[in-house]
Amino acid sequence: MSGFLLNRLSQSIVLLVIVSIIGFTVLNLMPGGPLAQFGLDPGMTQKDVERLAAQLGLNRPLWIQYLDWAWRLLQGDWGHSFRDGSSVLAVIGRHLLATLLLMGTSTAFAIAVGAWIGIRGATHRYSLFDYCATAGAMVALSVPTFWFGLIGIYIFTLKLGWVPAGNMYTIGDGSVLDYLHHLILPSLVLSLVHVAIWSRYMRTATLDALSQDFVKTARAKGVSERRILLKHVVGNALLPMITLAGMQLPSILTGALVTETVFTWPGMGRLFLDSLGYSDYPVVMGLLIFSAVLVVLGNLIADIIIATVDPRIRLG
Amino acid sequence: MTVIAAHATPTRWWHSRAVYRFMRHHLALVGIAMITLLVLACVIGPYALPYDSLHIDLRARFAPPLSGHHYLGTDPLGRDLAARLLMAGRISLLVGVSAMLLSTLIGTLVGVTAGYRGGWVGAALMRTVDGFLSYPSIFLVLALAATLRPSPVMITVIIAVTSWMETARIVEAEVRSLREREFVQAARMVGLSGKHIMFREILPNAMGPIIVAASLAVARAILLEAYISFLGYGIQPPLPSWGNMLNGAQQYLASAPWLAIIPGAAITIAVTSFNFIGDGLRDALDVRNDHI
Repeated sequence: MSGFLLNRLSQSIVLLVIVSIIGFTVLNLMPGGPLAQFGLDPGMTQKDVERLAAQLGLNRPLWIQYLDWAWRLLQGDWGHSFRDGSSVLAVIGRHLLATLLLMGTSTAFAIAVGAWIGIRGATHRYSLFDYCATAGAMVALSVPTFWFGLIGIYIFTLKLGWVPAGNMYTIGDGSVLDYLHHLILPSLVLSLVHVAIWSRYMRTATLDALSQDFVKTARAKGVSERRILLKHVVGNALLPMITLAGMQLPSILTGALVTETVFTWPGMGRLFLDSLGYSDYPVVMGLLIFSAVLVVLGNLIADIIIATVDPRIRLG
Repeated sequence: MTVIAAHATPTRWWHSRAVYRFMRHHLALVGIAMITLLVLACVIGPYALPYDSLHIDLRARFAPPLSGHHYLGTDPLGRDLAARLLMAGRISLLVGVSAMLLSTLIGTLVGVTAGYRGGWVGAALMRTVDGFLSYPSIFLVLALAATLRPSPVMITVIIAVTSWMETARIVEAEVRSLREREFVQAARMVGLSGKHIMFREILPNAMGPIIVAASLAVARAILLEAYISFLGYGIQPPLPSWGNMLNGAQQYLASAPWLAIIPGAAITIAVTSFNFIGDGLRDALDVRNDHI
C-alpha cells in the first residue's frame, strides 16, 4: 500500500507542477498582461505603469517570475484582490463552502438516481425502460445546463411557485429548511448531466458484473436473483464509480459555475465571473489554479479510497 | 508498395460493414436528418423570411410567437426571433465545426507524436494533456476569452485550444498499440521515415476513433460556445449566436419566456443530433465503448 501511495502521490505532485506552469503561461502570455487595464486609465502615465510593474516584479525574466510565484503559492500567499485588498485565499475561502454544498448535494443525487437507472437498465436490458433511459441520457447530455436552469425557474418558480428563483437563503431567515429550499432547484439542475453519465456507466458496469463467474456460481448455488444483485453485482459495479466521481470533478465544476450564475448562488463560479468583470487578475488567477488543484486532489483521494477498498488495485 | 497494399480495403467504402451498420442505427440517422435540416434552414432560411435579423422595430417589441409574420416572436428591440435564430445558427454551427476541426488536428498531431515516439517526449506530451484536463474547461475558456478580443475566430481558437486533449489521449492509446503491429515493423525495415510511418501507415488505421471523437467534439464545442456566449464572453452582439441570444433572456423570463426557450431548444437539438451521430459512428466503426 505504501508503494502505491508514494507512486500516486509523486504523480500528483508532477501534475500540480504542470498545472501551475499551464496556468502561469496562459495568464502571462496573453497580450497586455496583468497591467492591461491601466493602459486605458488617463490618470496613469507610462511611468506609473512601469513603477507598478517593477513593484509587482513583472519586469524580471519569466521563469524567475514563475518560480517566485510558485514558491509564494506554496506558502499560501496567493496575492491580494484588486477589488478590496483582501487575500485571494480568504476570498476563495468565503465562497468555497457554497460551491461544495451545491456540488455535494447534486453529486449525491446524481449517483443515487443514476445508479438506480443504470442497474434497472442492465437487469431489464432492451426493455422500454432501457431504451428510454439510453435516449434520455443522450438528450440530457446535450441540454445546456443554464438553459435547463432557466426552464426550471420558469416552471417551478414562475408558474408553480414551489421554490425560490435564486440566492442561497432568504435575508432574515437563514434556517436549515430555508437553505434546503434554495438548494433544491440548483442542485437538481446541476445533477442532470451527471445522472445521464452515471446511468450509462452503471449500466455497463452492471452488465459486466452480471456476466462474471461468481454470479454463475451464486445462481448455481440457488441464491435468489435479488440477493445476487444486491450482494454481488451492485458492490462490484459501484467500485469503479469512485474513480469516475474523481474524473468528473472538472465537469461538475464547470456545471457549478454556470448554475451559480443562473441562480445567483454565492459560490466560486460567481466569484470567478464577478472577478472577470472587474479584471480582478489575482482572484481570477487564484480561482483558475484552485479549481485545477481541487481536481488533482479529488482524483488522488478517489484513487486512495479505491485502493483501500479494492486490494487488486494497490497490489497491481 | 506491398506494405500499403497489405492493409488497404479492396471493397468500395459505401459497401463496407461500417456504412451498413451505421444505416441501421436509427438514432444516428435521425441525427443526420436533423443536422441536414438545421444547416439548410440556417443557410437558406434568412432569405425566405420577411424580416432581417438586424431590423429593429420598437413598435413590435416582445411580440409572442405566431404573431403576424413574426413566426417565433420578437426580442426586446423588436427584432424578428426567427431571423435571428437562423443567423445565430450559422455562427454557432460554424464555430462548433471549425473548433472541432482545429482541436482534432491538434489532438491528432499530439497523440500520434506521443504514441509513436514514446519515451520522454511521449511522457511529457501526455503529462501536458493531463495538466490541461485538470482545468475545468469553462474556467480556462472564460479566462482566455475575457482577456483576448472575442471575435468569432478567436472564440473558435480558444475552444479548440482547450478541448484537444480527449482526442490526443484516444489517438495516443491507439497509435501505441498499432506501433507494435507487423505492418509498421515492415515499414520500418523497408526504411521509411518516421513521419511517413506515423501519418501514412499508422494514422489511416487509427481513423475510426478519431472520427468518433470528432463527431462528439462538435457537440462539445457548440455547448462551450453557448456557455461562454450566454455568460457574455463569447460571440458579441449585434452578431447573434444561440448562446448570446440567451444572454439577456433571464430577466424577461416571466414576461417573454420564448426568448429563453427557443434558442435553448435549437442548441439542444443541434447538440443531441451530433451526439446521436457520434453514437452511431462508434457502433459502426466498432470503437471501444470506454467514453461517453
